[in-house]
Amino acid sequence: MTGLALTSLTLSHFRSHRRAVLAFDGRPVAIHGPNGAGKTNLIEAISLLSPGRGLRRAAPQDLARRPEALGWKLVATLATPTGAHEIETWAEPDTARTVRIDGKAAAQTALARVAAILWLVPAMDRLWIEGADGRRRFLDRATMSFLPDHAGAVLDYEKAMRERNRLLKDMVRDPAWYAALEGQMAQSGARISANRATALAALAAAQAEAETAFPAAELGLTHPEGPLPETDEALRSALSDNRPRDLAAGRTLIGPHRVDLTAHWRAKDMAAADCSTGEQKALLISLILSNARALAARTGTPPILLLDEVAAHLDAARRAALYDEICGLGTQAFMTGTGSELFEALDARGQSFVVTETGGRSTVTEVPPSAPP
Amino acid sequence: MSDTRDIELLIDLMARLPGLGPRSARRAVLHLIKKRGQVLLPLADAMHRVGTSARECLNCGNISTRDICPICDSEKRGNGQICVVEDVADLWAMERSGVFQGRYHVLGGTLSALDAVGPEDLRIPRLIDRIATENVTEVILALGATVDGQTTAHYIADRLPGITVTSLAQGVPVGGELDYLDDGTITAALRARRAL
Repeated sequence: MTGLALTSLTLSHFRSHRRAVLAFDGRPVAIHGPNGAGKTNLIEAISLLSPGRGLRRAAPQDLARRPEALGWKLVATLATPTGAHEIETWAEPDTARTVRIDGKAAAQTALARVAAILWLVPAMDRLWIEGADGRRRFLDRATMSFLPDHAGAVLDYEKAMRERNRLLKDMVRDPAWYAALEGQMAQSGARISANRATALAALAAAQAEAETAFPAAELGLTHPEGPLPETDEALRSALSDNRPRDLAAGRTLIGPHRVDLTAHWRAKDMAAADCSTGEQKALLISLILSNARALAARTGTPPILLLDEVAAHLDAARRAALYDEICGLGTQAFMTGTGSELFEALDARGQSFVVTETGGRSTVTEVPPSAPP
Repeated sequence: MSDTRDIELLIDLMARLPGLGPRSARRAVLHLIKKRGQVLLPLADAMHRVGTSARECLNCGNISTRDICPICDSEKRGNGQICVVEDVADLWAMERSGVFQGRYHVLGGTLSALDAVGPEDLRIPRLIDRIATENVTEVILALGATVDGQTTAHYIADRLPGITVTSLAQGVPVGGELDYLDDGTITAALRARRAL
């Protein structure tokens, strides 16, 4: 095993898992079990080995097992090309999430430098037809996978924008205060735009080079107020010029926080929002796989993929194609589904686990290859 | 049953101090009681005196036991430089280095619209007054490299036209190794590189 892989994971009082100790060998992992057994909880735990609130965007206190609510802890070993790293992350009741990497306290953002983790969850099935927020988040997560410091630029921009919005709401008319905040927004905003452009170019290149059963999409960015100024200076001056309109609206009307991601199914010449549910899902899978391919091309290491209920909306041929592409990429993908038959086409190329639940407590058991359920 | 209410109260008060939790507060109180003559009573006396005499300097916001702190009072420190810091702890850090020979201005925080902290709450008007009355030639902004710190720095720079405004350099710490620095710090250090 030379790439990136999660080799061990211990969950303690995490959602429905009171204690689970799991070992993985780097192959793709199929996790099956009935609804509500705790399959998504398991991959949610893995998603917390990256910065942020994980694939459900849950607050730390909501991750603790109930009714005990003692707090929760995850301990994981990640094998990377530069060596193994032990990640510990936990939250005591009513405290923020804490991270330790190799026994040393670390900021959450440092996790992005250890491992790239991408995910696809059923809540994203409506990505193309719901609000721009979700698409921007999707774009920023993809961007972060290429450029871990993108998270810092987004946080700085949002912090300065919240401050500016408060001034706008309170009708404060202190030009120096606005100028100081707009300077901060322009600096981080220009970095955000440049990072997103880099990510889109990398995704487009990965799609162009790939032989895949999944549809290719033309990706683009739109801004509701005309073209978004891209340089620091241009954005600073646009924010300054737009101040009277922003004062009337009580919020910042221009900037990278309003950019939307668009996708167009190339072969069908159709906007993603107009495609069928299955086609939209296939488009999302295509983007995640492109992201993984682009990362593998850039860093030599494919990311870990978390694909929740991935088999839903896919016919047997597409499922088989997905498993072939995952194995071809050499990525450790964790996939969940209700029945083991959904993963038959993966066969011995993957590890298989079954999750069951009794009395509110989940149990995870590895299914030996010789004795399929 | 023995009455320990005063001791419990002392532990409770100590536990409110920065860096102390209930357990360390208990340990500290036990130590104080054991070292009553050497530590507890002199400490109580010093706390009482500081409690009645400590005040903010009317000029710069530093803390001392006089209306005008010794730094503002010293003619030697009037070299035309004012170093603007967020709070008194930053002033003490600068003084520990012993390098800066000018005077200070303690803002008492950073601009934050979300926390309702505006320029009037930060002694910024007082800083502008001082520029005119103290023959100031340079204002050194020693504020944090955070969004709030840098917003405050830019705001102050904007309000002080016609005077040299500088800020502390950002980059590799003395004795630091590049391998342990984040990308942002390395970028800042590279941008601020200088000829050897």
